[in-house]
Amino acid sequence: MDLFNHLALGFGVALTPVNLLYALIGALVGTLIGVLPGIGPVATIAMLLPTTYALQPVSALIMLAGIYYGAQYGGSTTSILLNMPGETSSAVTCLDGYQMARKGQAGAALAIAALGSFFAGCVATVFVATVAIPLSELALKFGPAEYCSLMILGLIGAVVLAHGSLLKAIAMVVLGLLLGLVGTDVNSGAARFAFGVPELIDGLGIVSVAMGLFGFAEILTNLESTEVRELITAKIGGLWLTKQQFKEAWPAVLRGTGIGSILGLLPGGGAMLASFGSYALEKKIAKDPSRFGKGAIQGVAGPESANNAGAQTSFIPLLTLGIPENAVMALMVGAMTIHNIQPGPQVMTSNPGLFWGLVVSMWVGNLMLVVLNLPLIGIWIKLLKVPYRVLYPAILLFCAIGVYSINNTSFDVAQTAVFGLLGLIFVKLECEPAPLLLGFVLGPMMEENLRRAMLLSRGDPTVFFTRPISLGMLIAAAALLLLIVAPNFRKKREEAFAEGET
Amino acid sequence: MAFIRHPKDFFAGLIFVAFGLAAVIIGSNYSLGTAARMGPGYFPRILGILLLVLGVALSLRALKIKGEPLARWYWKPTLVVLGSVVAFGILVNYIGLAIATVGLVFGSSAASHEFRPKEALISGILLSALAVGVFIFGLNLQLPIWPWSN
Repeated sequence: MDLFNHLALGFGVALTPVNLLYALIGALVGTLIGVLPGIGPVATIAMLLPTTYALQPVSALIMLAGIYYGAQYGGSTTSILLNMPGETSSAVTCLDGYQMARKGQAGAALAIAALGSFFAGCVATVFVATVAIPLSELALKFGPAEYCSLMILGLIGAVVLAHGSLLKAIAMVVLGLLLGLVGTDVNSGAARFAFGVPELIDGLGIVSVAMGLFGFAEILTNLESTEVRELITAKIGGLWLTKQQFKEAWPAVLRGTGIGSILGLLPGGGAMLASFGSYALEKKIAKDPSRFGKGAIQGVAGPESANNAGAQTSFIPLLTLGIPENAVMALMVGAMTIHNIQPGPQVMTSNPGLFWGLVVSMWVGNLMLVVLNLPLIGIWIKLLKVPYRVLYPAILLFCAIGVYSINNTSFDVAQTAVFGLLGLIFVKLECEPAPLLLGFVLGPMMEENLRRAMLLSRGDPTVFFTRPISLGMLIAAAALLLLIVAPNFRKKREEAFAEGET
Repeated sequence: MAFIRHPKDFFAGLIFVAFGLAAVIIGSNYSLGTAARMGPGYFPRILGILLLVLGVALSLRALKIKGEPLARWYWKPTLVVLGSVVAFGILVNYIGLAIATVGLVFGSSAASHEFRPKEALISGILLSALAVGVFIFGLNLQLPIWPWSN
């Protein structure tokens, strides 16, 4: 079987000592920042992106991917023990996980979170491997018109599934697209929006944009709150499940894995959407929904499996179509570009070792996480005792050094600070930064494909509507927009996101 | 300004209008080309106009629907944190990573409402040693360690 050969190739790449090491580093760093509230995977990946210059591309991607799914493991620990999400994707885990901890079942909650995540990780790895080939074959048939429509569909999808005002989110996408155009135009060589600044001729750096909007803005927001964290001091209890708990939890793990894998595929999807979706589902189908919020194990098992599955399957659109669907994937595009890899369907054929190595490394990383995480929980808890006032200057330092090192220029550091300020303004005005980052990455790609499509059609814009695949995608995008204006769906969407915020 | 009923949306709209206008005005220097052969000004103009329209719509809508008031802005942490970072970026090549790190850590720590000078200084020195070890000796970053190492 073909799949078997591919996986064998992947194991060959992922199991080399160097790549094992980077998978381990990624998984550990991911868990670390997952445990620590106040720093998320986007900021971390932006921070570490510059250090990957010297690595082999496959090692770099393996490490960065490890951060994303590692964060899903770590996030649950904080949610369960602290009633405070280590990651947004673990926000719903607080609801029942913390209640379980208060009942002395913290150990069971942590165990099911880790085991559910591992199960989901295994299934999602196989899922990625099986879906990738047909999808990338389909993508190879795409012309520039299809690509353009696909990007529009992806961006609209990301906006619809993000929370907050739709109008603002669309405007953020457009602003992102514009910011992506800063720098030299590849076709004409004209420097656009560069104001004669030599550093801007190469365009705005994705690291600066992401670090500023996500990392700095988050630190600045955190500094405003005067809340004091409280660590649960109760005993964690045995890190194992009773038979009864196991019986209750495993169907939720299965459902969480399924819904997470699918929600991870959607534009705008990924870990966060998956966990919210799974919690809503568990609550809906439970015989006794009133148990939720009071320590129902399904409320931990489902979302924690789902967020891990979603984190992994969100790589599919990136690896097969070359379209990032969330902010983390936008950064993965940045990482691939650093190493001169154009994300898209051709990666699988031109660079099969990289593709399959990355896929298999996800499974390997998950195995490491489940083996390491449960025994290491004691260490993670100690880390939570490091006060934020000591932590954030360290984060700032690594950000500053990282961004400086890209081009060895202080301009980039200042640029990051500007985006930090802009990010804080956006937080205050309740504008989500993720759509902007997606637009930023897609800006140049979209312009290029738009140009090519129009050149081929000799300036006839109907080309987007006469090619069936392109038309289908535009209809889907329009349908999504209509859907959200429909009052019923709108209410559901707000409810789904409100769950985790209470 | 009682006529603004949704200040968050209103000001967000203004920001988008500003960016949209800037894109259209600055972009007017770039040649448009034709639809079949787009010049460097074509796509930015489309986006600029789109952003402008979205911003105006958002601001106008903010006069009709009601929303929460603006959240308070804390100037001190913003200025202290971003200021220390920018200063670090400018100075690191002159005073070296060791001293610049202590400066950044100590300076940015002052933004916290639970600032403890002694603790911040110790943490700065420890992080300085770590940063020099990891970035200069480990990752071979081209940065001076001390002011005189250039």
